[in-house]
Amino acid sequence: MSALSNSTLKQAAPEPTSEPMSAMNKSALRLPNDRWKPLEIVFWLLPVASFFLFPDYLVLVSQIMIVGLFALSLDLILGYAGIVSLGHAAFFGLGAYTAGLLSVHGWGEPISALFAAALVAGMVGFIVSFLVVRGHDLARLMVTLGIGLMLFEAANKAAFITGGVDGLSGMVMGKLFGVFEFDLFGKTAFWYSFGVLFILFVILRRLVNSPFGMSLRGIREGGRRMPAIGANVDRRLKAIFTIGAMVAGVAGALLAQTTQFVGLDVLGFPRSAELLIMLVLGGTGRLYGALIGAAVFMVAQDKISGLDPAYWQFYIGLFLVLIVLFARGGIMGGAEKIYARFKRKEPA
Amino acid sequence: MIGNFIGVLFDGIAYGSLLFLISVGLSVTMGMMNFINLAHGAFAMVGGYVCVSLLQKLGMPFLATLPLAFIAAAVVGLVLERTLYRQLYQATHLDQVLFSIGLTFMAVAGATFIFGPTQQPVNLPDWLRGQVHVLGLDVGAYRLFLIGVVVLVTLGLYFLIERTRFGAQIRASVDNQTAAAGLGINVSRVFSLTFALGSGLAGLGGGLGIDVLGLDPSFPLKYMVYFLLVVAVGGAGSIKGPLIAALILGVFDVAGKYYVPEVGAFVIYTLMVVLLILFPFGLVRRKA
Repeated sequence: MSALSNSTLKQAAPEPTSEPMSAMNKSALRLPNDRWKPLEIVFWLLPVASFFLFPDYLVLVSQIMIVGLFALSLDLILGYAGIVSLGHAAFFGLGAYTAGLLSVHGWGEPISALFAAALVAGMVGFIVSFLVVRGHDLARLMVTLGIGLMLFEAANKAAFITGGVDGLSGMVMGKLFGVFEFDLFGKTAFWYSFGVLFILFVILRRLVNSPFGMSLRGIREGGRRMPAIGANVDRRLKAIFTIGAMVAGVAGALLAQTTQFVGLDVLGFPRSAELLIMLVLGGTGRLYGALIGAAVFMVAQDKISGLDPAYWQFYIGLFLVLIVLFARGGIMGGAEKIYARFKRKEPA
Repeated sequence: MIGNFIGVLFDGIAYGSLLFLISVGLSVTMGMMNFINLAHGAFAMVGGYVCVSLLQKLGMPFLATLPLAFIAAAVVGLVLERTLYRQLYQATHLDQVLFSIGLTFMAVAGATFIFGPTQQPVNLPDWLRGQVHVLGLDVGAYRLFLIGVVVLVTLGLYFLIERTRFGAQIRASVDNQTAAAGLGINVSRVFSLTFALGSGLAGLGGGLGIDVLGLDPSFPLKYMVYFLLVVAVGGAGSIKGPLIAALILGVFDVAGKYYVPEVGAFVIYTLMVVLLILFPFGLVRRKA
């Protein structure tokens, strides 16, 4: 009896072994534990708490959750599969314009529009993925950058459809589930964004801890060796790139629906670059890093950029250089290091 | 119509040679150090601002400012290579991309702070303005001058790389760092000097390009794609590849903007994606 409970306990929280084996190696030996940790549950209660504690910041928190979802989608392809993309905003923008155009032309039902956005972004992502798997880092970078710029130019020139630089306005949103209207204070938008983010997070969390997710990490760490154990690298990369594009499309659609406006900047290069910054700020390949990075970045932007946009850009630049030189792994990486040190000291 | 076409071709070649001048350093550093440097345009911007400042503040003649633009950008490049870049040669491409985006943002914000956000004017000397009559065609004097400078620089570069001892060291380091170091070449010094040379050429291009590309703080971001494009399409590590790529891109870009202005920059991005699909490793693939 006691042996049984002991062994289940062990499974739930693997004890630190005395062998010099890093966490990386350990997780490579078997599938990671899929159970939700208390800290994760606390993390998800934070936005709920912020709804009651900071009612004046509902819009900002909603934006953080939407951008956090967008950052998650990049984490899938960059953090897990190791594809450096400089044009991820393309899919975000596709989703935003899909939802926006549907709503402008009379289809105001939000949930179905999310699916439509995911479908459109996913289809384009699938096509682009064929180009992405062909080349190496530089070519991938250029292809993603090029696709992003192409879509931006297309949306810019096709002003009769997209509204061009003036943006797409006149969106009329239907009620969520036919019950909740999108109110002026952004309460519905808040819960809507939270719900979509949470549901997709649960799915993605399961995905990255599945054998498929493990094989992606394998590709990231050593793409040449993966075929030797029977993994079809190209197919996996295409799959995750498509999934990442779909999630980005949903995030874009969420932004369009909650703000009821689509600006040309949803497709712009700065959006892709800032997304990358948020992700490395939080820490890649951890899912939570994307969310934390988005939150920290957007709060900082809200506080600092009001002073002077030029200073803000200087500080992001400086910050990036410092992260790369001294703090690889971002906030989550740093927290894990501190946690690991703390854990090592504890038993002694 | 034909005259028109030749005019477009000429402008395209001038534009392409300018792109080549700025990007060739990027190609060599990318091929040699395997470093994805998105901040290359910032070195061109340094050259541009040095040029403009000397022209406006000190009233120096345009031609005299160009060598100083080269030197200033080369010194900035050398210092940054020695202090920061070299720490990241072994880093992942993601780290390099982030680091160089960070540098670019800082350069953009710094330039806005010092010079203001507006376009900088450049006063060309009289003999570089207007049109000249060459072989029955009226061509822009400045564009002709531009092509001339780039031809000279390219010949000089070719001589340096193919005929001198330093050039041989560069080629050896590009081909195989370890073996080059084993033969007693000071690879780290070759890297630094090459990086400085590449940055200097970008600075020269930045100074020469004010009249064609314009100069404002967003310069490094605005043209980043073009410089990367030249290298990605041409193939990193060579000189011939980027030259061909830059000329193709220059001609297509100018022709696209002239003949089908309504689609604008679409032409060049489409061309880029098509070329990258056809040649994922660049037009001229370096022998390993």
